[in-house]
Amino acid sequence: MFVAFDNFPALLIWLPLIGGLLCFFIKDQRAVKAWSLTSSIVTMGLMMASLFFTDQKYYNLNSVSYIWLPEIGSSFSLMLDGLSRILCLLTAISFPLIFAITYQTEYKNASSFYGLMLLTQCGLMGVFLSMDALVFYFFWELALIPAYFLSSQWGGEKRVQAAFKFFIYTFAGSLFLLIGIIYIYLQTSNQSFSIVSFYNTTLSVKDQSWLFWFFFVAFAIKMPVFPFHTWQPDVYEQSPTAVTMVLSGIMVKMGVFALLRWLLVLFPDAIRQYDNILIGLAVVGMLYASCIAMVQDDLKRLVAYSSIAHIGLMAAAVFTMNEPGLQGVMIQMFSHGINIIGMWMVIYLIEKQTGIRKISQLGGLAQQAPVLAIMLVIIALANIALPLTNAFVGEFLMFTSLFKFNPWYAGAAGISIILAAVYTLNMVKNVFYGNINSVTSSFREIMVHERVILAVIVVMIFMVGIYPAPMFEMVKQSTEVIMSRITGK
Amino acid sequence: MNAIILSAVWGVVMMYSGILLKKKSSAKFVAITGIILLIIVNWLEFAGLPFFNINTKGMLQFGTFGLLFNTVAYGSTLIYFLLSGADMEDVGKNVYDYFALIFFVLCGVAIVSSFQSLLMLFIGIEIISIPLYILAGSDKKNLKSNEASLKYFLMGSFSTGLMLMGITLLYGASGSFYMSAMNIGMAELSPLMALGIVLLMVSMAFKASAAPFHFWTPDVYDGSPTVFTSFMATVVKAAVFVAFLRLFENAFGKMHGHWQLLAAIITAVTLIIGNVTAVFQHSVKRMLAYSSIAQAGFMMLALFAMNGEGKQGLILYTATYSLATIGLFAVLVKMKDYTYDGFNGLGKHQPVLAFTSTIFLLSLAGIPLTGGFFAKYFMLMAAVKSGQMFWLVITGIICAAISVYYYFRIIQSMYFKDAEDPGIVVSTGFKTILVLTVALIILLGLKPGILLNLMNV
Repeated sequence: MFVAFDNFPALLIWLPLIGGLLCFFIKDQRAVKAWSLTSSIVTMGLMMASLFFTDQKYYNLNSVSYIWLPEIGSSFSLMLDGLSRILCLLTAISFPLIFAITYQTEYKNASSFYGLMLLTQCGLMGVFLSMDALVFYFFWELALIPAYFLSSQWGGEKRVQAAFKFFIYTFAGSLFLLIGIIYIYLQTSNQSFSIVSFYNTTLSVKDQSWLFWFFFVAFAIKMPVFPFHTWQPDVYEQSPTAVTMVLSGIMVKMGVFALLRWLLVLFPDAIRQYDNILIGLAVVGMLYASCIAMVQDDLKRLVAYSSIAHIGLMAAAVFTMNEPGLQGVMIQMFSHGINIIGMWMVIYLIEKQTGIRKISQLGGLAQQAPVLAIMLVIIALANIALPLTNAFVGEFLMFTSLFKFNPWYAGAAGISIILAAVYTLNMVKNVFYGNINSVTSSFREIMVHERVILAVIVVMIFMVGIYPAPMFEMVKQSTEVIMSRITGK
Repeated sequence: MNAIILSAVWGVVMMYSGILLKKKSSAKFVAITGIILLIIVNWLEFAGLPFFNINTKGMLQFGTFGLLFNTVAYGSTLIYFLLSGADMEDVGKNVYDYFALIFFVLCGVAIVSSFQSLLMLFIGIEIISIPLYILAGSDKKNLKSNEASLKYFLMGSFSTGLMLMGITLLYGASGSFYMSAMNIGMAELSPLMALGIVLLMVSMAFKASAAPFHFWTPDVYDGSPTVFTSFMATVVKAAVFVAFLRLFENAFGKMHGHWQLLAAIITAVTLIIGNVTAVFQHSVKRMLAYSSIAQAGFMMLALFAMNGEGKQGLILYTATYSLATIGLFAVLVKMKDYTYDGFNGLGKHQPVLAFTSTIFLLSLAGIPLTGGFFAKYFMLMAAVKSGQMFWLVITGIICAAISVYYYFRIIQSMYFKDAEDPGIVVSTGFKTILVLTVALIILLGLKPGILLNLMNV
């Protein structure tokens, strides 16, 4: 039924799934590490290969549809288009990097850990690829389950409560989504869950205005946008760093992705109706998160709040519903993923040696580890979107769109960028410069493989920052499709 | 008809084999043989091969829905026998009689899935109930078991009284016991009939443990021997729901508008009380009792909506709910400590038990990839499709989110908390059956069509 390996989308789901399931049966810690790394590299290779087959004439390689539940009008359809390609690429690149940087961490029960990680990857790929509302919902939930187990089993002291809160929040949100999906399904002319039927269903403004919130709550919790963000700092702090990278680098993109794929196209009238509230919320969230980030002493919490601010900007740009905004968001999803994973890597390397994440207890690391310091500075600058770095491209476009929409919002959002510079540079100053203390005096330079991995991140930062044309090329078609759907209605 | 006769006969066979076979442990083999035969003959009837052609004057009618439900109920019972059959030997001396009583219950199940006349409904419900009163009290030395039995009996008789009263009123109004004679249009509702409908709804809600008539449930389920609680909370409850749905569809379907609000209120109250109270339980067994009330609330959605999706959903719901709950109870029976803490560290000491329990819990919570998801999906679909009282749907999903809280507490205990090895011994056969049950639940979660398509045969 599902077994066909002649196209990219299916392979991108099956490889991590099979790789992950096999992990559970490998009992040796070293073998399972090697296996999961290999498996993720194969997936990455496959994804890279698919980039050469983006042309329309390779349609059959990039799209697939299996019969799944004909009786209720759902089919297992997947597709690699611009929007999904950019996020699958992020997913495919991130996992090998995450596995590689944390290669030396010992996990108890390693086979389960790596198995669940790969299952998460499978779920994420599914969310990005699915072209059927029910399949999308399936993967939306399935990505959550392994992530829940990962953060509850291998994490800090308060991990169980934090992960549970995360789970309940997102699960409650997704149930609203399910009702929304069911309602639209009943409105479709051919009783089908396929995205085409959904897109072609005309919903009255009245329907849109309540359905919108059902979808939005689910996506907003996942991203998370203010005021649905309360689960996030705790989970990021308590989860093991490898999991935090997945959550913040990729999983939050599920929410933004879903806005672009489903929300914008299905409810353009509702968004026009609420756009001031939505963008207002996003901007308030940005400012709020930035202010809190300024006073954080814990490195992980600082990055967590800064992530809320970045996601807030993406949400605001989506709701402006103009072309630069959408392009900016798509590119920024990729860039933000890379940058924040880079940030977590640096934090991980610091914590690995010192066991400390408190900014106030660290200092002078640059003298001990100049390479790490250089890498961090570059990643930090990318995080605050300096020109020539990858984030600049996306943020510039997003600010353009926000400015087009309403200069006041752009101004308010701009303040949060200034605040981001303040807290990021402050963190760099306190951790890497200043005086060496008893904790940091024994800090050693990072190892070769760690340098290589950070170098890969840095190269990607500059590559996208200096020559973003391939990225634009990738998202061009998706943007046009979404724009024509929005304006055509 | 095949199933009604064979289950009654096999009940008698069980009783006699108790005299002939002295060994306690052979009871379950006789029972398993019986249930497999029962599945086969029921299936033959489904395929159009009835062995008996008895003229029931239209009081029983064996339709697709009823026969399919019988298959689900007997299939669940088979798994129940395989998993918990051996544990019945620990309850008391009369193992053969316990099995015999269960076969009598199954006879009642076949009657309530095929009745066309209210008399048959009454007989079916009573055939189901009376053996259960005995099973609830089967742990004779245990005060709680006695209490459960008496409570169940009193409450059961009370609700039966209400039901009889309702049937009498309906007879007075329509001059017939046949459901088809009652199913008149919306306009012609007489006060006598209205009161009859309300009384029947209340009495069925009693039997199905829907709030606010659920008070007996936690005490009875908690007090009865755990192996029998498992059966009561699953197959029996499902059968009552099927009776409930068939009654209201065939007898009062055309008057849907009159009683829909009442059904909606009962549904909402059941959902809220079941889920919220389950959160505060300390014992897993009691939690499962409240969870069964909560799940009953979801099944009530089918009654509220009264459409094709609801009927399909109810079959799927009973199947997945029964499988998951039977599995959980089977694991619970093996535990020495029924509190949440009793499950601590199970993931480490008994990985198979912990993993299968996790899937059962995920299914009960309605997570995709398990059959429980599609069960909830169809119920919600039915309610949304009915196009009325959207607040009920909202109540439903909020309650579903609450249910995650108490189901996941067990998962947390099993995987994220540590404890000494409690020294639970389980056989490989038991584990195999558990894994097979899990496979079945996942199969239903991937392809619910294998069950649902049978309805259109």
